[in-house]
Amino acid sequence: MSLAQVEATTEAAKVGEEGGSLRRDAWRRLRRDPVALVGFGIIALFVLVAIFAPWIAPYDPADRPGAGIVTPTNIPGPSAEFWFGLDELGRDEFSRVVFGARTSLLVGVVALLLGMAGGLLLGILAGAFGGKVDTVIMRVVDVMLSIPGLLMAIAIAALLGRSLLSVMIAIAVINIPIFARLLRGQMLAQRGSDYVLAATSLGVRRRSIVLGHVLPNSMSPVIVQATLTLATAIIEAAGLSFLGLGSPDPRVPEWGLMLANTQRYLASAPHLAFFPGVAIVIAALGFTLLGERLREALDPKYRR
Amino acid sequence: MSVTEPAADHLLDVRGLSVAFTRKGRRDVRAVDGVSFTVDAGQTMGLVGESGSGKSVTSLAVMGLLPKRGVRVGGEVHFDGDDLLTLPPERMRDIRGRDIAMVFQDPMSSLNPVVPIGIQVTEVLHRHQDLRGDAARTAATESLARVGIPDPTRRLKEYPHQLSGGMRQRALIAMALACRPRLLIADEPTTALDVTIQAQILELLKELVRDSGAALVMITHDLGVIAGLCDTVHVMYGGRVVESAGRRELFAEPRHPYTGGLLASVPRLDAPRGAPLHPIPGSPTDLLPWSEGCAFAPRCPNRVEPCTESPPALESAGGRELRCYNPLVAAEEVPA
Repeated sequence: MSLAQVEATTEAAKVGEEGGSLRRDAWRRLRRDPVALVGFGIIALFVLVAIFAPWIAPYDPADRPGAGIVTPTNIPGPSAEFWFGLDELGRDEFSRVVFGARTSLLVGVVALLLGMAGGLLLGILAGAFGGKVDTVIMRVVDVMLSIPGLLMAIAIAALLGRSLLSVMIAIAVINIPIFARLLRGQMLAQRGSDYVLAATSLGVRRRSIVLGHVLPNSMSPVIVQATLTLATAIIEAAGLSFLGLGSPDPRVPEWGLMLANTQRYLASAPHLAFFPGVAIVIAALGFTLLGERLREALDPKYRR
Repeated sequence: MSVTEPAADHLLDVRGLSVAFTRKGRRDVRAVDGVSFTVDAGQTMGLVGESGSGKSVTSLAVMGLLPKRGVRVGGEVHFDGDDLLTLPPERMRDIRGRDIAMVFQDPMSSLNPVVPIGIQVTEVLHRHQDLRGDAARTAATESLARVGIPDPTRRLKEYPHQLSGGMRQRALIAMALACRPRLLIADEPTTALDVTIQAQILELLKELVRDSGAALVMITHDLGVIAGLCDTVHVMYGGRVVESAGRRELFAEPRHPYTGGLLASVPRLDAPRGAPLHPIPGSPTDLLPWSEGCAFAPRCPNRVEPCTESPPALESAGGRELRCYNPLVAAEEVPA
């Protein structure tokens, strides 16, 4: 997740004036956009696989159906019985990739929700109160943004110990400043709008104006950012697991951990790197495609 | 310089209102300078002037809607016995929307695009009359019906973009009048609408004000609006009132050269073909225009010596107030 991406999302956010109609319009255009549909299809596949993993996978991810076949020099690749081949311990690679979708989706969604909740809270406080509150929050956010994301995630995950939860928290923390900044900028822009003045002129309380008027009009870019963040969260989760900061339990199928474990067998069993790697790329691609198209659909500048 | 009124009970009594925008390292910009006027219940008052004359800032100051930072407001704004400028913010919020309401220029941007009309109307009713649920919905439907929105029950669920410009302005007027305020300030409510809709909206405002007995302050640059609607008129130039009079007197006998220029510049359908239009030459300057004489002097056809030496005072004579050293002379009047 880079600053440039945040800026780009902010660009997408100049939607304010026509929010309601724009959102409906965006939805209509998304449904006709082949790229968005591909992205949506990938996401649907990913989510369905994650939900129905026990029914799709032929084996339990911890079972070793190939225990007698696999030797350190002979790790069989894809076959009719084992579609993605066997791993170094004789486990079914296909089943592990399928169950890995569960882990990735869980980590991605929880990290996103935590990060978004924290970011939105800070953003609302800064955007609603302005003044000193705004200054303090935004300086903290600036400091957080100045630390490279993955570096900070590694530090946090290392600090909290090896577990999936610490991976989630680490990814959430690096996304907090991004959402905070995005929402705060949106709210500041909306605060000067005519409908806020009109509502103020009718005596509507500030709390109602912020929560009922300013916030709903500031959410479009946040939705786009959330979609894109899911993609990066999946990659970051795999990255942290690859570095050995994920779950210490080797039975838990996790794409990044699977990649890390295959390093020694890269020459003899490339399929062990190929399938989890492709799974990570495709899952991230789905969210990126949908997110990019969503951004264009919500941006009046791209209107055709 | 403020006009001494008898201690009559005016609904709105603005005395010596001044608004200055301050910026560090720059000279203050005095957007409004010593403006005084009164409005009584049932009366319609017009505030006329070109862009930058301070009419909108005057209305925002009365409503207490100017930002706190970088703005200095002086004078008094008496409404029903309270000085609005010194009221605590919470009391001012109670007054806004309940006793004084405002309709803005652009109905496109003054409604929240992502919130249905019904919620925006009920929000006001909930805020000031504590109406909820069905009671609020019924009252909101009534408000929309009162401003002539057809099929109001269905409209409640619709979003602003589903309404035409005229309907949106009606919805905004419905919101402003939902709690039956005693004073309505309309800031160029018809500028963003096309001509036929303009006439409808003005007619509607006239009717609503007459029926409810509320007072109306109409802010406009359109003399046609004033002619059709207002009882009294205040002409503003460069942040000050330059002429105040009843509507008839003002249109029949403009005394200030600026008022005269405004009237002469209105294009006439009955003018001969090819007759030139009559603009007021030049454009308003905004840097402390009144510090060295009359702000209108550079553009004034009647300019005389003292105009550029000291600013003229607002003097009251014959039911009219005038700020000019060398006013226009009525046709049948013999020059003194």
